[in-house]
Amino acid sequence: MTAQPGGPAGEGVLAALPAEHRGRLMALARDTAFPGATRIFEEGEEADRFWIIRSGTVALDVHVPGRGPAVVETVGAGGLLGWSWLCPPRLWHLGAETREPVRAWEFEAAPVRDLCAHNPALGLALVTVVAETIGDRLRATRTRLLDLYEPRGAERSGTGP
Amino acid sequence: MTLTPLPYRVVDRRDETHDTVTLVLEPAGEALGSFAPGQFAMLYAFGVGEVPVSVSRIPGERRITHTVRAVGAVTRALCGLRTGAWLGVRGPFGTCWDLAAARGRDLLVVAGGIGIAPLRPLIDAVLAEPHAYGRLNVLAGARTPGDALYRDEFPAWERPFAAVTVDRPSDDWTGRVGVVTTLLGEARFTPAGTTAFVCGPEVMIRATARALVHRGVRPDRIRVSLERNMRCATGHCGHCQLGPLLLCRDGPVVGYDRAEPLLTVREL
Ligand SMILES: Cc1cc2nc3c(=O)[nH]c(=O)nc-3n(C[C@H](O)[C@H](O)[C@H](O)COP(=O)(O)OP(=O)(O)OC[C@H]3O[C@@H](n4cnc5c(N)ncnc54)[C@H](O)[C@@H]3O)c2cc1C
Ligand code: FES
Repeated sequence: MTAQPGGPAGEGVLAALPAEHRGRLMALARDTAFPGATRIFEEGEEADRFWIIRSGTVALDVHVPGRGPAVVETVGAGGLLGWSWLCPPRLWHLGAETREPVRAWEFEAAPVRDLCAHNPALGLALVTVVAETIGDRLRATRTRLLDLYEPRGAERSGTGP
Repeated sequence: MTLTPLPYRVVDRRDETHDTVTLVLEPAGEALGSFAPGQFAMLYAFGVGEVPVSVSRIPGERRITHTVRAVGAVTRALCGLRTGAWLGVRGPFGTCWDLAAARGRDLLVVAGGIGIAPLRPLIDAVLAEPHAYGRLNVLAGARTPGDALYRDEFPAWERPFAAVTVDRPSDDWTGRVGVVTTLLGEARFTPAGTTAFVCGPEVMIRATARALVHRGVRPDRIRVSLERNMRCATGHCGHCQLGPLLLCRDGPVVGYDRAEPLLTVREL
């Protein structure tokens, strides 16, 4: 099924695009559903598409030898699943598996890149939105590295005041 | 409010996680005044010391409940109290979550770590009067699944959305992974008609408040709870100062419109 051009913005990535650009992009969207526990892509494979999640959650993981996949993040409704299609080497950085049944808009990367090449304004808007998502994930990762919820002070240093 | 501690007894205790305990307290005789959600008491572990701890539930006129995480000498002593043990309690202190101004609006309750404890009485108050408010969303972040507090209460909080996200999942964790702001995409609220209540580490408060402002929630509609070391809790000693605010008196709950300029200054 093809989405209505200029259809409802919803949340997240699509909401951030101007209506006109959103309409053109959505003309390339396919309504997709994945059952729970489905591997959507694997680390190192060619990144030739991306998804905007409408409902459900997808876990992103890294393969740890001897331990299997370690989940590093989950992406939920409104979120962009996959940005590796945007720039070389266009290989998935992580693996992705559905945590529950997922509905998503699926986009093939090549036609989206063509659309951007022919319509630089749309291209800039889309790349800005994707970059914002990447920025959010980078900030989130850095915040998690701070180990914010660790008990403060005394426990770690082992010294009193 | 009394300035000297009143004797309270632990009438019930529950181990929440490996380092966090919930204590239900009852006065031996005279009771402190009634607490409002967001306020705190000074809990005195005899012979060890006194620390500020928020109420985590308000079960009736005389009893109060606190959830304490053991991070140092005093909190470790408090977590070690058994049923029947005595402690000293002063309070109630500080500002509250100001639910009156949130009536009729969507609510976002955003917590990091032990920050869910001061927010639970607010959730209780909203659930006691569900028709007085719009949609309730409870978003909680924890370090690991084993650190997530009150997990058994989350199903009752889904009005329509309540979820925990963790920084470090265990192999059997099937929930969300990532910082608490990643749950905002799934919460259901209309930014212009929303009041947010945020409690957790200051870095988390800042990140959450910025994300909310970006989505269109007004800074004065974002209520944050700030912690500072406290001694007197009565606005006299200055230990809890943050710029022009004495947080034991003007806080812990303040509007993000007032807090934001103070949270980004390196030293005050
Ligand atoms: C208004 C308010 C409400 C609070 N509510 C709760 C609660 O509901 N549950 C809970 O477990 N904790 C709560 N706290 C935090 C609690 O007061 C501190 O964990 C406690 O004071 C630590 O004391 P300690 O002697 O066990 O540790 P210490 O050995 O004194 O200190 C351990 C570490 O905690 C820091 N610290 C000490 N006192 C405070 C303080 N008052 N605020 C912030 N950091 C401090 C120290 O800098 C040190 O790094 C609250 C604090 C405030 C200000
Ligand atoms: S704790 Fe003494 S002034 Fe606030």
